[in-house]
Amino acid sequence: MKKTMYEKIWDSHLVVDEAGQAPLLYVDRHLMHEVTSPQAFEGLRLSGRKVRNPQSILATMDHCVPTKNRDLPIADPIAKKQIETMAENCRENGLNLYDMKNPNNGVIHVVVPEHGFVHPGMVVVCGDSHTATHGAFGALAFGIGTSEVEHVMATQTLPQKKSKTMQVVVNGELSKYASAKDIALAITGKIGTAGGTGYVIEYTGSAIKDLSMEGRMTLCNMAIEAGARAGLVAPDEKTYEYLKGREFAPSSQYWDQALAYWKSLVSDEGAEFDATITLTAADIAPQVSWGTSPEQVIGVDGCVPAPESFADEIKRKACESALAYMGLKPNTKITDIPVDLVFIGSCTNGRIEDFRIAAQVAKGTKVAKGVIAIAVPGSYHVKQQAEDEGLDKIFIDAGWEWRDPGCSMCLAMNGDELTKGQRSASTSNRNFEGRQGKGGRTHLVSPAMAAAAASAGHFVDIRNL
Amino acid sequence: MEPYKKHESIAALMDRSNVDTDQIIPKQFLKKVERSGFGVHLFHDWRFNDNGTDNEAFELNKPAFKGAKILVAGDNFGCGSSREHAPWAIADYGFNTIISTSYADIFYNNCFKNGILAIKVDKDQLASLMAEINANEGVRFVIDLENQKVITPAGNGFTFDIDPFRKGNLISGLDDIGLTLKHVDKITAYETRHKQTYPWLWV
Repeated sequence: MKKTMYEKIWDSHLVVDEAGQAPLLYVDRHLMHEVTSPQAFEGLRLSGRKVRNPQSILATMDHCVPTKNRDLPIADPIAKKQIETMAENCRENGLNLYDMKNPNNGVIHVVVPEHGFVHPGMVVVCGDSHTATHGAFGALAFGIGTSEVEHVMATQTLPQKKSKTMQVVVNGELSKYASAKDIALAITGKIGTAGGTGYVIEYTGSAIKDLSMEGRMTLCNMAIEAGARAGLVAPDEKTYEYLKGREFAPSSQYWDQALAYWKSLVSDEGAEFDATITLTAADIAPQVSWGTSPEQVIGVDGCVPAPESFADEIKRKACESALAYMGLKPNTKITDIPVDLVFIGSCTNGRIEDFRIAAQVAKGTKVAKGVIAIAVPGSYHVKQQAEDEGLDKIFIDAGWEWRDPGCSMCLAMNGDELTKGQRSASTSNRNFEGRQGKGGRTHLVSPAMAAAAASAGHFVDIRNL
Repeated sequence: MEPYKKHESIAALMDRSNVDTDQIIPKQFLKKVERSGFGVHLFHDWRFNDNGTDNEAFELNKPAFKGAKILVAGDNFGCGSSREHAPWAIADYGFNTIISTSYADIFYNNCFKNGILAIKVDKDQLASLMAEINANEGVRFVIDLENQKVITPAGNGFTFDIDPFRKGNLISGLDDIGLTLKHVDKITAYETRHKQTYPWLWV
């Protein structure tokens, strides 16, 4: 039988598949951060259980960590306790932790690929919905809850229901300055935040093949925003080239064997998907979200929609309440929307390529009067690389703040946040009400679009720059 | 986990779609290292005014919904982040049942790990339940998981589908990890094979 990549990975990880119970899937890699793990360690302790395979775990601190003045003690006592608990839990269980001061520290989904910890064909989990990022390597990677974190620590398996498969085909060439982020937003706009529920997406087509590994990570990262369990991109030469020589990549002794296996993972020619969606890359304008859901997006050359333009009553009501929250009037040109704060960073867009393109746009400009612009590298390695290339200087000269790595304003747990009514251009992944601070108004964009908005003080169609 | 029993309870209504986990439990409450005490923060940003008083316009603050164990809500409930703090807050507030047309995958899994029955209904069934609550706020529904039935005074009841594995675990209050560890020999055997097939993962 012809199989999709998802089905191949699923079949090779089945430990138990018996009638009357959920199939048990083996887990190869378990990623951790401080927010969703403490209660799992507590559960393990209370039941007298041990971590089954400590080597399968890589942990970091990212959600609550300050992105400036890191030498000072953490001011928030509850955040401080969470950070200390993480360190203690990792020490007690012999886990590999990149703590706040470690040169490998950063956002979990940026750090993990840097060290080659995820390979094609693996099953990867983390108590974090953006685990989908690692699908860029052809690994089945998905977010889990804290009870499941405990389950994986104790058993190295998870009871799982098999997902349906969806193929998202993007063919052709992207226009100038359109990026993986714009593809991700355009897909969510097209199928909605529940469009992928129950599915694992495989992204195919020439525009996907053309993406760098960083771009593929951005794309898969936001599979969850379309409701999908996971996103996948077939491994190819770019994947192998990226992995080769990294710390946890297969050594030369096993490289050929691993490579042969990875090549066998690609979906069989003619394998059937349960659903297929097609987009044309050239049609994807740089995207800007206008509402409070990642499906509420439009091209930068468009206007804020009017509630009446939605035939569906639920969508009309959602548009009404989003516009009220966002303080926007129907039919306003997107390029007329002013911004107060610009954020470049997160597990979606905190990689070196993101800072390169943003720096290219920011070079020689100045941040507009009254606008705050912050650049938060996804990891210390990204930060170092950017500094080696002189990108930090470009940002600083333009009036940006150049910070230490962390999740920062993506979910605003660490004190970096919007105040009520403030409006951001943000390269993160969610624009929910209050996501970046209570009453804060988030517009999701690509790094290039964010950089252009910083100097103009409003959104700009970067294709015209 | 408490075993899930047949009960009759007030059904509260949230006529909103795409309720996300950032709203269910806003990020400022995710720093605790315990599992308990999240109920007071449930829907914090909608539920309270800036000065900390109850926002009377928020539906769950209606006196008629006080003590509700059943939450009836719009499509795609629980989308967004994987935070299990969301079902912890829902359960701690007092709900043990949610009725909607659809849920985000991770949230749905998380509910069943915490003794919450998440019932999926079709659009028409949801509309009639919502209409019944709107016409009679404080109305009590019966949830009979054993027989997979929802019973309402106005006769809008129905039978619902549920995965037998999830149902069994809810009714018995069983610990998933204990169940999985019954298969520990198979896990060990899998790992032995795995080491031979993919040796580079184990060095």
